[in-house]
Amino acid sequence: MLKLRVIPCLDVKDGRVVKGVNFVSLRDAGDPVEQAALYDKAGADELTFLDITASSDNRDTILDVVHRTAEKVFLPLTVGGGIRQVADMRRLLLAGADKCSVNSAAISRPELINEAAEKFGSQCVVVAIDARQSAPGKWEVYSHGGRKATGIDVLDWARQMQARGAGEILLTSMDRDGTGKGFDQELLKAVCGAVRLPVVASGGVGELRHFVEGAQAGATGLLAASVFHFGQFTVAQVKEALGAAGLPVRLPRAI
Amino acid sequence: MSQRVAVIDYQSGNLASAARGLALAATRQGLEVEVFITADPDELRRADRIVLPGQGAFADCAKGLESISGLKAALEERVAQGAPFLGICVGMQLMAQRGLEYGTTPGFGWVRGEIARMQVGAERLPHMGWNELRFEPGSHKLLDGLKPGDHAYFVHSYALSGGRPDEILATTDYAGDVVAMVASGNRAGTQFHAEKSQEVGLTILGNFLTWTP
Repeated sequence: MLKLRVIPCLDVKDGRVVKGVNFVSLRDAGDPVEQAALYDKAGADELTFLDITASSDNRDTILDVVHRTAEKVFLPLTVGGGIRQVADMRRLLLAGADKCSVNSAAISRPELINEAAEKFGSQCVVVAIDARQSAPGKWEVYSHGGRKATGIDVLDWARQMQARGAGEILLTSMDRDGTGKGFDQELLKAVCGAVRLPVVASGGVGELRHFVEGAQAGATGLLAASVFHFGQFTVAQVKEALGAAGLPVRLPRAI
Repeated sequence: MSQRVAVIDYQSGNLASAARGLALAATRQGLEVEVFITADPDELRRADRIVLPGQGAFADCAKGLESISGLKAALEERVAQGAPFLGICVGMQLMAQRGLEYGTTPGFGWVRGEIARMQVGAERLPHMGWNELRFEPGSHKLLDGLKPGDHAYFVHSYALSGGRPDEILATTDYAGDVVAMVASGNRAGTQFHAEKSQEVGLTILGNFLTWTP
């Protein structure tokens, strides 16, 4: 049986982790590679790097991070942030990323998704959607890190991205992100109902039961940042909670 | 003597991970192995073992292999001479008789069957994530050290259909039986990403390096 994916997300700026686990065992808590190796050992099912480097001069720092991570960690790695064109994706894939997550660039030029899917295959192409509720049962797509309203309906957008060749949707609720109130289940259910692609839920986790609720709403991947970084929960605790709710999880391999 | 393991570069996806996984598996077993990424037919002819990764669509990958002059012929020649071969993901799919993704495209025909879109009910496609391997323990060298129920990482929407039971090493369950590993003589393949499947994947890559079919 296919297992739910628990996915820690690391924010990386200029090649350094912005919020990361502060364990004494780490030589350098700001090194994304060390953090990634830690999550690998902890039983994460995938890892995501979100590159929030602002200056274009430092854009290539993420390539080095990806390269060094892929040398150590034999786990699927998704990288998002700052991807503008197919060439950016190619560089990331060559450095060792398995999937690229595209957000604003797909909004300014939706054909990018067709081009990327054709060139690398749908399995490499994640479309990240930042959604904010606009009316009951309605959500609007936001771009540029959630700062710009686009006027696009989230469900229409998800369907369009599927039709253009996306292999996965990473869905973040801007209303819930950082609140600790849990995933927006209504939004998740609506998007999961609108597309046949795997949907990764993001934004809002504060308690263990929130992961269970995300899975029950239809997400097959559950992404979180702060609750892992600040040591609130371990990956194992999340899997235990999912398992206790009768949901399928991959437990550490007995040797 | 050091063995030379070629990872074929035909501009498809993440080759570096496969090469690194093989190198690490070799180090762990104390094997002297030189892993190299190549698209050169002559280099391929000198390889002791060959790994064909692959991401994306069957038709694109088949086209990618053929776009490099002499590469496909060198691969077929070396494998016919008995060099152990491992296909990963679409690299495994190319071992089939044909693929049906974006039109019908011939494969190597090393195992029976065709690569068809997976038949699912309410399940989502791609089949993406960790799923359990089912196999007969002890049935093949590549499975040494693994237990049924071990997890591997899958990402695909097409799978082998109409395969010969004796060429199917392992299956997984996603809306029914899905072929996870195949083998025929010196040619084997994994539908899942062995290079992304942590310990389970590294074990298989290590087994491949010491496999003497």
